[in-house]
Amino acid sequence: MKAPFPRSIECEQKLDLCAERMILNWGPAHPATHGTLRVILTLEGETIAKCDTEIGYLHRGLEKLAEDWTYNQCVNISDRINYCSVFINNVGWHQACEKLFGIRVPPRATYLRTILSEIARIADHMVCLGPNCVDIGVLTPFWYTWNLRELAYDLLEFVTGARMTTAFTRVGGLAADAPAGFEERVKQEFLPEVYRVMDELDSLLSKNRIFNDRTRGVGALSQEEAVSYGWTGPCLRACGVAYDVRVANPYLAYGDMDFDVPVGEHGDTYDRFFVRVEECRQSARIIEQAFSKLPDGPVNADDKRVVLPAKGDVYGHIEGLIHHFEIVMFGPRAPVGAICYDSVEGANGELGFTIVSNGTNKPYRMHVRSPCFHVFSALPRLVTGRLLADLPAVVASLNIIAGELDL
Amino acid sequence: MGVKQIHRPPQNAWERLYVFEIARGLGITLKHALLSWFKPGHMPTYEYPEVKRPLAERFRGRHRIRKREDGSPLCVACYCCQTVCPPQCIDITAEESDDPAVMKRPREFKINLLRCIFCGMCVEACPRDAIYMSHDYELADRTREQLQLGLDDLLENQDNDEGEG
Repeated sequence: MKAPFPRSIECEQKLDLCAERMILNWGPAHPATHGTLRVILTLEGETIAKCDTEIGYLHRGLEKLAEDWTYNQCVNISDRINYCSVFINNVGWHQACEKLFGIRVPPRATYLRTILSEIARIADHMVCLGPNCVDIGVLTPFWYTWNLRELAYDLLEFVTGARMTTAFTRVGGLAADAPAGFEERVKQEFLPEVYRVMDELDSLLSKNRIFNDRTRGVGALSQEEAVSYGWTGPCLRACGVAYDVRVANPYLAYGDMDFDVPVGEHGDTYDRFFVRVEECRQSARIIEQAFSKLPDGPVNADDKRVVLPAKGDVYGHIEGLIHHFEIVMFGPRAPVGAICYDSVEGANGELGFTIVSNGTNKPYRMHVRSPCFHVFSALPRLVTGRLLADLPAVVASLNIIAGELDL
Repeated sequence: MGVKQIHRPPQNAWERLYVFEIARGLGITLKHALLSWFKPGHMPTYEYPEVKRPLAERFRGRHRIRKREDGSPLCVACYCCQTVCPPQCIDITAEESDDPAVMKRPREFKINLLRCIFCGMCVEACPRDAIYMSHDYELADRTREQLQLGLDDLLENQDNDEGEG
């Protein structure tokens, strides 16, 4: 497809538009940055000649803070990493903790974690797709995706008590079982809407010429380069690499689920958009299957060292009260000198937690392998030589979450 | 478990003409607009503050402390919530109780709402089910001091909300 306007530096040089280079600061507080990040652009006319990125505007010292909090309290740190799909971070953190403690989570808890993770993934993709449309100049799909996100957050609030900062997992399981009526609400209100909104996005945008002109071939990256930048998640799959942690290393209940991994072929903004659309459909499929196989039983492991006793025991028995005080006051203790890494498929890619333990109730060191950091590192490569207007489209389609960049 | 390829057919002349696809898109938009106007319950927005969003039963809002039948706080000043609170926003001072059946009671129970992250861990940690989180979420105030809750603030207005039990 031939662009109707000059796109390369050579073209603009012929037109003598680049007599003087201009420095433009994009961010740190610009609505299209979706967070606080700064991109320093050197423009020649409207073409980006050089792109420098600067992060650190949302640095909160979360990894250092984790050294001061117990393993259960740290779930609040994971709430603030990728604040659009919080429940996946909760699961990631406590899955790494459970690997460290050597605890097996009961099946009902793994299935509920799977369901809530997929709801959070759909919410995150909606937060990516809607504003991506707005940045390209299409406002309408934004409202439809935002309605779906609202439904997803309502469900998360129904189960966890909070829309965004859920803080719902604990070492060994969940803070509580899902309330009655959860399955009906998801199946009646949420899943039909997911399929409907995805079909609408498809029919609104996939054949729209303006959307195609703005996204096809924009911000494309080859498979090899994507892998060398450390990309994971939908961005990598859009480049054609079928790598998904849920398939490569089936955690939770993903081993029992039947779902497809969507892959693109060109690795451009268009592919990233529609890979996410297809992923939402697959997430809905996973939720349906998980409900059909959802077992009964407890949601916490039967391990008195780490799991709070039932409230009835705390109120009625001295033994339960002692266990309750022990866990509340000191928290579960990890084995001495253990290092462990575990990862989940976050909405943006492989979200990994490394924990070093020194035998106390707090991590000695915690490190987060955040997917956004690796994806964002390729931004200068994607936009150099392109037009300024392509930059918001590319940044939005990469789904840069500043909380994940900086920690 | 398979791989699903996202296909990208080249745009045909009809689609490249732009107008027809736009008209089809406008049809979808118009359908939504008509549904919002004429179908009751389809409008996804609320006319806040006149109409408030129904909250989930587990919603975590501002804290309250339950009372005994005589009106004194159910809290026994065990310091569990203060210990477990991740941002350390709870500050309890204990004293001996007049009631011989109760050993300790809080003389002061301060919650700094400016620091609170509403994680609900204090509720989970309470061995007497005394502290709970209400559905009160409109927490703006004029000064910082007004957001430091004391024992009296935590005990008032209990009849209006049904918090997590």
